[in-house]
Amino acid sequence: MIHISNLHKSYKMGDTSLHVLKGIDLQVQEGELVAIMGSSGSGKSTLLNILGMLDLADEGEYRLDDVLIKDLTETTAANYRNQFLGFVFQSFNLINYKNALENVALPLYYQGLGRKIRQQKAIEYLDKVGLKEWATHLPSELSGGEKQRVAIARALASEPKVLLADEPTGALDSKTSNEVMGLIQQINNEGKTILVVTHELDIAHMCKRIITLKDGVIVEDQKVEQVIAEVHV
Amino acid sequence: MNSLKVIFDVDTWQEIFGSIAKNKTRTVITVIGVLWGIFIYITLSGAAKGLDNGFDREFEDMAMNSMFVWPQRTSVPYAGFKVGRYPRFTLANVAQLKKKIPEIQYIAPRNARGVFGGSPPASVVYKEISRTYNIYGDFPDYTKISTKKIYKGGRFINEQDQENQRKVCVIGERTQEELFDEDENPLGKYIRINNVYFQVIGVHKYLEGGGFESDGDIFIPFNTFRNLYNSGEEVDWFTIAAYDDADVVAVEKNVKDVLKKIHKVAPEDERAFGSFNIGEVFNRISGFANGMTFLSLVVGLATIFAGVIGIGNILLISVKERTKELGVRRALGATPNEVRIQILLESVFLTVIAGVVGIILGAGVLAIINLFTQDLSDFPYTNPTVPIPLVIGALTTMVLLGTLIGLIPAQRAVSIKPIDALREE
Repeated sequence: MIHISNLHKSYKMGDTSLHVLKGIDLQVQEGELVAIMGSSGSGKSTLLNILGMLDLADEGEYRLDDVLIKDLTETTAANYRNQFLGFVFQSFNLINYKNALENVALPLYYQGLGRKIRQQKAIEYLDKVGLKEWATHLPSELSGGEKQRVAIARALASEPKVLLADEPTGALDSKTSNEVMGLIQQINNEGKTILVVTHELDIAHMCKRIITLKDGVIVEDQKVEQVIAEVHV
Repeated sequence: MNSLKVIFDVDTWQEIFGSIAKNKTRTVITVIGVLWGIFIYITLSGAAKGLDNGFDREFEDMAMNSMFVWPQRTSVPYAGFKVGRYPRFTLANVAQLKKKIPEIQYIAPRNARGVFGGSPPASVVYKEISRTYNIYGDFPDYTKISTKKIYKGGRFINEQDQENQRKVCVIGERTQEELFDEDENPLGKYIRINNVYFQVIGVHKYLEGGGFESDGDIFIPFNTFRNLYNSGEEVDWFTIAAYDDADVVAVEKNVKDVLKKIHKVAPEDERAFGSFNIGEVFNRISGFANGMTFLSLVVGLATIFAGVIGIGNILLISVKERTKELGVRRALGATPNEVRIQILLESVFLTVIAGVVGIILGAGVLAIINLFTQDLSDFPYTNPTVPIPLVIGALTTMVLLGTLIGLIPAQRAVSIKPIDALREE
């Protein structure tokens, strides 16, 4: 699903240049649940941004579902993101003046789908994350875990090929973290390819494969025995 | 998505309403800026139009290019005459003036009693009632210079009245009220004017702005007046109308020059003849009204412009505040164009709403002013309206300005990369 070879990225900070990614090679097959670990500054967020087409690599090749991602204009990048990718952020990033249903329907709006289909799909995915009853609630009326579940529903609604989660449990307590990871595992079990950036080891162990980044290179890449998240509802 | 489709898409508007409704107070305050501009524009130009109409009404019964000329005292000794002589106009002057000045269309000599100081008004008796009224001796042509509306059934003095020196009169509304019973038809009745019986042939409707004329005036044929008061060839003043394309100021000067020559008045004597040039006054007043209209246009447009800039300013702040939201939208697949159009439409939408509300409020205020000034006959203000093309023009200008000013925040919104936008806290 994801093929990356010899990926380099550096940021210019005034006169000095910061080399963040120093030749990343990575293959992710369909249906994998991959944790990307590393301390802050290891380049894991940069890697995720490049995977998410929010940022461009300086060098190297990136193929997503056999589509070469190269020299993107803002418009094509937006269209690819809309078709291929679902984002889950640490800070949820729900639009605060839209209710749960409208938030989930938003990527479908940008896909150009009709109103009825959007409503229907959004309800379907809210139901999937167990928040159908909360459809008309604003984000401010939801708990952190619920917000993240709405965000996951929103990421899934556009039926992306890959789900990218940047510290999805970073703002949650351990109980709700478990709930969210349980949901991610469930979605993965249904066949969705998911990449999770985290710096928490127990979260990483809830995935099937852990890639560890350090100073811009992959230092470790191992398949792990998946810990099933215990969901206490 | 192509942009035209976006504009007519219900969902686009839902997105726009969503983001506008998010900050109601700010939206309202922003809208007030433009609203105020268009309100000022509509009210001012409507008021200017009202004044214009009002002036038109004041002069509606007078030919626009007409004038009065009357004799005063000479102030320069000339041709053996001392200062302080009263030259008298005569009937012979009519033909002389017409011959010398081809621009004159009509010339109506008038005599009057009671109007100016010195002469007493006519005493009028009908049955037991006795009153005094101003009385005029008139030529039929007078109505071609100053319109007289005569109530149904009656008529003004005609050529036969004049030739035969008939004892007929046209009376005013007030005269009718004071002399006759309410249900009594005055037409055909005889009233005594200075002890001579006159038959009433018409009742004239009083029109405002006729200068010294009033609703009690009595008009009789010039020749009859001559006999009644034994005024001979004398004429109190001339009422003159020039052709439509004539320069009234030049005609006025020519008339005075010719009269000076006839009556042996020094050419440089400015005080020997008095005159009132309606054409000139009218030109000056309509110039003033045009100036008012222009001024209201400038002030209105400037205020609208300031308001639209205010909208642009607020949207810039709003875009800054919504950096993160716009980043999220773009991460979810909004193309830069979609974001741009959304911000642009927000700008245009706010401008148009402000414009429409401003127009409605302005029209309301004009209606209220009209209500209060309707009954004020001495206030030149009638039917304040703003022509529809001007309203549409103002709206179009606003949409245009709204779009132009919206371009700035719209460009700002997409100039930040989504990744930076997402990082913003």
